[in-house]
Amino acid sequence: MSQSYNRGLIEDFSRWREFEAGMWAWIFHKFTGWVLIGYLFTHIAVLSTAIPASGAETAVLQAGNDVYTQTIVSLEGLLLVRVLEVGLLAVAVFHMLNGARLLLVDLGVGLESQDKSFYASLILTGAITVASVPTFIAGAF
Amino acid sequence: MSTQLPKQTEKTDETAAETETDVPSKGDERRAEKRRRADERRRQREAEEAERAAADEHTVELRVFRYDPDVEGKQEPRFDTFHVPFEKGMTVLDALMYARDTYDSSLTFRHSCRQAVCGSDAMFVNGGQKLACKTQIDELEEPIRVEPLPHAEVTKDLVVDLEHFYDQMEAVEPYFQTNEYPDGELEEQRQTRENREKIKMSTRCIWCSACMSSCNIAAGDNEYLGPAAINKAYRFAMDEREGEDVKQKRLEIIEQEHGVWRCQTMFSCTEVCPKDIPLTEHIQELKREAVKNNLKFW
Repeated sequence: MSQSYNRGLIEDFSRWREFEAGMWAWIFHKFTGWVLIGYLFTHIAVLSTAIPASGAETAVLQAGNDVYTQTIVSLEGLLLVRVLEVGLLAVAVFHMLNGARLLLVDLGVGLESQDKSFYASLILTGAITVASVPTFIAGAF
Repeated sequence: MSTQLPKQTEKTDETAAETETDVPSKGDERRAEKRRRADERRRQREAEEAERAAADEHTVELRVFRYDPDVEGKQEPRFDTFHVPFEKGMTVLDALMYARDTYDSSLTFRHSCRQAVCGSDAMFVNGGQKLACKTQIDELEEPIRVEPLPHAEVTKDLVVDLEHFYDQMEAVEPYFQTNEYPDGELEEQRQTRENREKIKMSTRCIWCSACMSSCNIAAGDNEYLGPAAINKAYRFAMDEREGEDVKQKRLEIIEQEHGVWRCQTMFSCTEVCPKDIPLTEHIQELKREAVKNNLKFW
């Protein structure tokens, strides 16, 4: 079927327009999954540059002059990082909630209301993200 | 019809005989009343039709995908616009038939029973897989865009090649098989009511291929059995009369690499199914069956 007659943009456009809840959930779940994997490796790469801090003197650590503290402080000083952190939380929360939804789907629970549970996870994600903004953005400006 | 029918007619005969002496009989009265109401309805309908004709005739605009590989000049796909006079209760199929019979006899599409039983006329209407004979015009936004099913090769206009779909359906051996026969030679193979209820929805498939066309996984993976075939497998795997041996064989078919595990629970098939079969539910249940079949605790 993949060698089907190419109807070009006509088909693609129609398909995008008519996405249903389950399809959006699938797309978002894939997208957030890739973002989380990307974040995980960035996280490991960035923090491994701060490993020398483990060998530092206690006095240096307490004064906050070690490479780990310096890295974190300089990162948190960037507005872009603060904003991205909010985004990361949103992505992680959606992936978790939708993951729970998929778990229910796999168990065969509430398949009739799969669209409602998708909307619910979207709304909850939004609420949690908005609630987190003061914490993440405080002192950034 | 049911076997109880003769008994019922006997009964009505009896009551008719009893009431024969009454003048006029209740039956006569009822028939007269029925005639009167039919007349009334006809007059009303005629009045409505006249009114509609008098008012500016309402037409619906159809944009239909056209493509014909055999005719030079039609090889480039295009959309043709048809204006079809609207009638109450008109379906997309009715409109297409009107367009074909009135404007362009070369407009090609499949249809047969026109009542959502044969499954010939699944199409892509306004961006969704629909059964044209079951889709009311007045529920759609105009202009109505009619295209052949996506992810299948277009043969001509709205006709797609369903050979691959049928191959997948046949791959699950969609027929009753059993090694366990009842004792007597002429004994029926009875099914419990509960079991019948369990497979009821899955038996309603009309092989229209709407689900297969809506499935993103099937679009990218030619070997995937697809929702319809898995539903067929469900219908027989869950049928208790088939016995353990056959069920084992069926599970082996559906749990292979391109079987149930390809499903990503997007629910597209369940959304488009014109017969409201809970396809995703059936696929998920088969996944659980497959796991239960293979999990072993020593």
